[in-house]
Amino acid sequence: MTVIGGLRRLWETDPRRDPTTLTYTLLAIGAVVVPLLAAATGGGYLVGQIADAGVFVLLAIGLNVVVGFAGLLDLGYAAFFAIGAYMYAELASPYLEAMGIHGGIHLPFWILLFVGMFVAAGFGALLGAPTLRLRGDYLAIVTLGFGEIVPRVVRNLGTLTNGVNGISAVDPPEVPAWISGPWSGDPFKIVTDLKVTDAVGYYLIMVVLVTVCVVLVNNLYRSRIGRAWMAVREDEVAAAAMGVNTVRIKLLAFAIGASLSGFGGAFYASKLAYVSPGNFSFLVSVTILVMVVLGGMGNIPGVIVGSLVIYYILYNFLPDLPGHLTDMANAFGFSGLLQQSGDWPGLAEEASRLKFLVFGSILVATMLLRPQGLMPSRVREQELQKGTHEDTTIEDVGAATGAE
Amino acid sequence: MNAAPETILGIDHVTKRFGGLVAVDDVSFDVPRGKVFALIGPNGAGKTTLFNGITGLFPPTSGRVLFEGTDIAGVRPHQVAAMGIARTFQNIRLFEYMTAFDNVRLGRHCRTHAALHQALFKTRGERAEEKAIEQRAMELLRFVGIERFAHTFARNLPYGSQRRLEIARALATDPRLLLLDEPAAGFTPQEKVELMALVRKIIGLGITVFLIEHDMRVVMNVSEHIVVLDHGEKIAEGSPAEVRADARVIEAYLGKSA
Amino acid sequence: MEQPIAAGRAAPVRFRGLASSRPLNALLLLIVVVVALLLLTRVWGRGPGYFAQILVYGFANGSIYALIAIGYTMVYGIIELINFAHGDVFTLGGFVALALLPMFGVTESQRDTPGVILPLLATLVISMLFCGVVNVLIERIAYRPLRHAPRLAPLITAVGMSFVLEGIMFLWRGPFFLHFPDLLPSARISIGPETSVGVKELTVFAIAIVLTVVLSLFIERTKLGKAMRATAQDRDAAQLMGIDINTTIALTFFIGAALAGAGGMIFGLYFNSLSFDLGFSAGLFAFTAAVFGGIGNIYGAAIGGLVIGMVQSFSDGYFDSTWTQVVIFAVLILVLVFRPTGILGMRVPEK
Repeated sequence: MTVIGGLRRLWETDPRRDPTTLTYTLLAIGAVVVPLLAAATGGGYLVGQIADAGVFVLLAIGLNVVVGFAGLLDLGYAAFFAIGAYMYAELASPYLEAMGIHGGIHLPFWILLFVGMFVAAGFGALLGAPTLRLRGDYLAIVTLGFGEIVPRVVRNLGTLTNGVNGISAVDPPEVPAWISGPWSGDPFKIVTDLKVTDAVGYYLIMVVLVTVCVVLVNNLYRSRIGRAWMAVREDEVAAAAMGVNTVRIKLLAFAIGASLSGFGGAFYASKLAYVSPGNFSFLVSVTILVMVVLGGMGNIPGVIVGSLVIYYILYNFLPDLPGHLTDMANAFGFSGLLQQSGDWPGLAEEASRLKFLVFGSILVATMLLRPQGLMPSRVREQELQKGTHEDTTIEDVGAATGAE
Repeated sequence: MNAAPETILGIDHVTKRFGGLVAVDDVSFDVPRGKVFALIGPNGAGKTTLFNGITGLFPPTSGRVLFEGTDIAGVRPHQVAAMGIARTFQNIRLFEYMTAFDNVRLGRHCRTHAALHQALFKTRGERAEEKAIEQRAMELLRFVGIERFAHTFARNLPYGSQRRLEIARALATDPRLLLLDEPAAGFTPQEKVELMALVRKIIGLGITVFLIEHDMRVVMNVSEHIVVLDHGEKIAEGSPAEVRADARVIEAYLGKSA
Repeated sequence: MEQPIAAGRAAPVRFRGLASSRPLNALLLLIVVVVALLLLTRVWGRGPGYFAQILVYGFANGSIYALIAIGYTMVYGIIELINFAHGDVFTLGGFVALALLPMFGVTESQRDTPGVILPLLATLVISMLFCGVVNVLIERIAYRPLRHAPRLAPLITAVGMSFVLEGIMFLWRGPFFLHFPDLLPSARISIGPETSVGVKELTVFAIAIVLTVVLSLFIERTKLGKAMRATAQDRDAAQLMGIDINTTIALTFFIGAALAGAGGMIFGLYFNSLSFDLGFSAGLFAFTAAVFGGIGNIYGAAIGGLVIGMVQSFSDGYFDSTWTQVVIFAVLILVLVFRPTGILGMRVPEK
């Protein structure tokens, strides 16, 4: 199963029936079509929003390495996101003027992306090294505690982080070379050292970053490291007995997850041009977890789809829901439901409070009913297996024979 | 006991306590290189505990475990594997949601070296190494006779093939000593015959086999040297014929359960 | 394939045991010493009366954490699951009590009259039963079907159930702080120039002690309690001995939640304020307490709860209250990393 062999095999299996290829194809087409469509209809807003969603895709891919591949529950993922974002905001904004540095510090975007990544990974290693020796569920609690500490520390460190007000006027991304053309209202020419401030620019950078991450994480997944992660997830004792240094391999997964979170954080800060402690609460960590669980833990295309779906629900569907419900109630003659009475705050208000319940229900229902997530992750292997060994029944023979 | 140079594994006054319970009590014996060596005894005699002590899962309370002259008592499991000891488990412990092929490929982990950056960027070295891993894994699946299940999830393999897969996975670590914990448990007579053939094939590769087994016909047939444990103590040791004739063994083991 | 497998060559192995944690322990000691010195100087500065007052508040806080921690430790002891929803069951207890009190016709104006005692007790009992039933349902719906699934699965549903409960309370009462009627006696007993103990604090403390003692008696003396202990020790063996595992686990969830529910109501009575997401941090603090006391150990959890309550009141009283949560979460991480078996170390978690 070399790369070429794998590709050939993919080609031989009908791609329409192979969900992984199908999803990647659709995502790629979508990534090209959406901005064109938006440009045609003048909807730069939509493109900007998808660029935001891309940050969450990045985060979900990173958390998937921790939760999906290595089977470790990280409930403080937003902390690393915060670390990356603040790292960027401090080192690429006028803010440090407040600390007596004239004009603040303005390091280049592309360097800070990696600084954010390595700093977050460092924190991940620092936190994970002592914790990962303990039983798995203690990691969940330690990360949860860390996820609570980071935004609070940021909020309390008044002068260094500007406390609850956050840091604004953060530098936008900068690209060494860019082609301007009629689409941005300029004549064709190559621009150097352009500060990206428009939605399409962010979007393009996001697509590039996400694509690179997907390719790299996929490479890891198909390497000896990826197999070791899965082995640790399936049976830690057996993995250790087969020569896998379980603590080190778990630490690697944890640090890589943290690094992607820091990476995403730096991009996020540059996109928003603003960071504040409120952006990194426990709710953010759970949002990303919901994305991974819904998409299917361990399944990269599934996780991408899952994060887009959840992003849509969280930032479009739920905010718009009260308005839609009000319209519907008025249209169907239930306008009485809109009135506030006693404990009933009115239909619109009630709808705007749905977020927690929706998240909780998705987590519970997915784990109970469809632990593999939205996407059928194993279908391809099952199909391959059926194709080559039609004589093999896949009943649980071990149970029938009666082990032990 | 035996001549020292031929010993691959020396168990030297090993004791394992769990709280007040003494599971293995001051046991000593030597496993000779290149032979099939069996550890037998009634349930609860401490056989698996001894295996766990050797492989670092639960290090012995006291005593030494000498592998090729080095004391490995207390060395962590993955290091034990790297040193050349592989094992299977009494209650099969495969990676259930990985294919048989991936299970065996995982076994190559401690013999391969591709680092993070090599894996991330699929460097030429990494690809070559992966290719070698794939070849070796397929060879091993063929060697134990389950190559047709290569792309089946381990949990969906027939029971006998799961045991074989565990052996293949253990062999993938290039062991010099292979510990098999009740490899014939739950097997049909036909499967037992095949297993004995497989054990001989493994010996043919120059790998020492050290097994725990309940089935006396398998043990007597395949092994050249036997140690008998009862209640954590060694009660007999010798060739199959000697052990079979030993009064204490008959009393403690054969008398009760066979 | 004549000789596919050659015996492997010895790979160089570096012998390095578990990376020595000695420097880390030294670091921990250093942190503890620095914090203790800092605290001592401040305690010295504020005088003994203030110290005693902080102690009193610590006991009251701690009693509530203890009640939550006991349920945490029981559930973890028996099925090794961090029931993230437990903290929200605690909040639910407060919410239910808040809804019940008007039904009994109790208003704040009746404070310090004997007429409130009976309705308060009735409310307490009903809240406890209600929370117990809810927790049993949670176990039945979200945890039992996953009992043999990989550990990650029930952990994720536990986070999910926590959000479901918070979501329900959010829908019910909204995002606001809710006023809980001040019904405990207002009398305060002066025990020094700067120090007084409210009957309020005494009541909170007394209820916590009574519930803890009753529970321990139940577990030590009754057949069901014995079944719970047996199941916690070895589920399979207990089953072989004829213990109904499902009933025993359900009972554990019931009792744990009843205590948490009581804690929720007491919290409301003591602090006179509730919000839907109260259980998130309270639950985490209580989990810290449970680990601190040695997970699975009921007395340990009670003591751990008191310790966490003290940490909170000392941090509030001598340092900056905006840092209190950071301090407690830091304690949480340090305890889990350095003393995962707890200070009492009764049960050693094994893989």
